[in-house]
Parts: sequence; structure tokens; C-alpha cells
Amino acid sequence: MSAPEAPNQPQSKTDLFVSFSILALQGFGGVLAVVQRELVEKKKWLTREQFIEDWAVAQIMPGPNVVNLALMIGGRYFGLAGALAGVAGILAAPMVVVLLLALAFGGVSDSAWAQGALRGMGAVSAGLIAAVGLKLISALKSNPMGMPVCIALAAASFGGVGLLRLPLAWVLLAAGSAGCLWAYVQLARQVTRKEQP
Amino acid sequence: MNPVLNLSAADWLQLFEHFASLSLLAVGGAITTAPDMHRYLVSQLGWLSDSQFTSSIALAQAAPGPNILFVALMGWNVGLNASQGAAWWMQGALALTGVCVAMLGIMLPSSILTYMATRWAHQHRDMLAIRAFKSGMAPIVIALLMATGWLLTVSHDQPARDWPLYLLTLLTTLVVWRSRIHMLWLIGLGALLGGLGWV
Repeated sequence: MSAPEAPNQPQSKTDLFVSFSILALQGFGGVLAVVQRELVEKKKWLTREQFIEDWAVAQIMPGPNVVNLALMIGGRYFGLAGALAGVAGILAAPMVVVLLLALAFGGVSDSAWAQGALRGMGAVSAGLIAAVGLKLISALKSNPMGMPVCIALAAASFGGVGLLRLPLAWVLLAAGSAGCLWAYVQLARQVTRKEQP
Repeated sequence: MNPVLNLSAADWLQLFEHFASLSLLAVGGAITTAPDMHRYLVSQLGWLSDSQFTSSIALAQAAPGPNILFVALMGWNVGLNASQGAAWWMQGALALTGVCVAMLGIMLPSSILTYMATRWAHQHRDMLAIRAFKSGMAPIVIALLMATGWLLTVSHDQPARDWPLYLLTLLTTLVVWRSRIHMLWLIGLGALLGGLGWV
């Protein structure tokens, strides 16, 4: 049993570079929400299930999540050169923009209206990220652990990080190892069932 | 006042090493290592002023693109501090050196590790342990996304003043969840409402 493949894939390293550049330039207050919409809903390079899987890895590895994701997707299709194209795409254009902004408005970011605008944009990007989480819930339907276990694990993780404010590493370790063990048991059962019908 | 510096090659190397040593610790985003950058660059070495440090983070968050670019801005500011009074092209050259040193330091170690690890995992993607890892982590990843949204919201902790902000976040969540409106409109709306002081 393997997950369904994504309908599309990047055509070339240039395609990777340009796609990630466009995506990064739309990402105000973090790129995550845009990544999900562009790669899953528009370009269809990833299914929802694949996006969650890749995002889990991108989040657990050190380094910025979206850069890790660009690195993984680029590397999967075009090896090291693809990984570099993905990372360059997600960093180069925004870096030029941010340096030009630094040149032009070195001190403006301290002013009251800029602080206010930042506050408003922050509130919107919090909503964007939460909405991505809601959209991805439907991808759990095909999870071998079953929906009730998934919901319990998700609730425990949310409570740990969001309400109790435990360090992320603890939660990942505790909830993560429980989830991985249970998924292993379930997957192993599926395999035995297939072998002895 | 911004500090005036005279940096040697060994100093640049030291800057690179500091960012490189934080790179592998930056699980969950480089912003989690910002307190240590502040300790080192502002308190210990005095290479950046406090306001340069804070505005680097603020500017990178306001601009499009990954928030990791605050590290590039820190390198940029160190370069500017190291070239005060020099010709403009010299200032530009040192500022760009700072950008390269800081970004390579923070990116190289984590990127190499991620590339090697994910390649190995992709080659062995049918292994039971790897499939179990991916399935087991899925609900946790979704919960962490929602927790991020939640934490960003409650970081404004004065309900009497901040309720319009909460409302804006809630409305954004519902609109994005249920419709396909372009996100830039929402971000623009947030900036406008915030800039006018309405939220």
C-alpha cells in the first residue's frame, strides 16, 4: 500500500527556482501558508498527505522549515542541483527585497504606524497558519492509526505546546515516539494481514 | 548610537562559527536561537546596537520571505558598523560580506544534515520504520500548526486592548479555511487596520 502520487511535478531546475521565488515573495509574516496553497492546491506537486509528511520532516530537522522543504523537494527531483535551486529560489529574491528595505527604511520600522501595521499583519498570519492546520485535518482519514488516535495525539500536542507551554523538543519526543510506535504496530499488522489472507 | 568596529579576518571567522554553531540547534526555526544571538552580538561583543538587533528581526518579519532573513540583516548591520566613514562602495562590500558570512553560517550545517538525512529516508521510503515515522508524526504536525497560530495570538495578552486582534485572527482563519481568497489581500488588510491603529 503506497500513498497516491502527486498529479504534477517540477519540470526543471528553473521551474523550481522560479516557483519558489514567486512563492517566497508572497509570504508576508512567514511562508508556510503560501507554501501549502501554492504547492498543494495550485501546482499540485504534493498531495495533502505528502505535504504533511514532508512538513513533519522539515520541522524536525534543524534549520528554517520552508528552506528545508524547498531543499527536500528540489533534491527529490533533481538531486543536489535541484536542492540548491530550491533553496536559492526561496532565499534570493526575498533577500534582495529585505536588503533594499533596510537601505531605504533603516529606522522606519521603529515608528508607530509601522509597528501597528506589523501587529495587524501578525494577527492575519496567525490566522493563515491556523487555517492550514484545519485544512490538513482531512488528510488524516487515510492514516493507519485511525481518526480517534490521531485526534488524541493532536489534542495532547496542542495542549503541551499551546496551553502548558512545554518546550517543543519535549512534546515532539513524547507525542512523536508514542505516535511512531503506534503507527509501526498498525502498519506491521496490515502487512501480516496481507501476507496471510 | 551604532558601534564603530574594526574587524579582522579572524573576527569574521568567529562570526561565521557562532552562526554555524547555532545552525544545528535551530529546531523549530532560527528565531528560537535569537536570544543567544543577542547575548553574543549585543551584550558580549558589542558588534550590534540593541535597536539594530530588534529592527533586524522586525524588518525581516514585515518583509516577504522566510523569517530566517533576519540573520542576513544582522550580518548586513555588522558590516555597516565595521565600515563607518569608509567610501560607499567599501561600506556596501563589507555589508554584503556580513550578509554572506551570517547566512552561510546559519544555513550550511543544517542544510547539509537535512539533505543527507532526507535523501537517505527517501531511498528507504518503503521501510516500515520510515512509514511509521511519517504516519505517526502527521497528527502532531497538524496540532503544532494550530498551536503556532494560537501562541501568536495569545502573545498579545491584554484582552481589553487586544480583542480586535483576536477577532482579526479568527476571521482570517475561517475565511482562509473556507474560501480561496488570495492571502495577500488579507495581509494587506491586516497592515492597513494595524497601521491606522484600529486593531
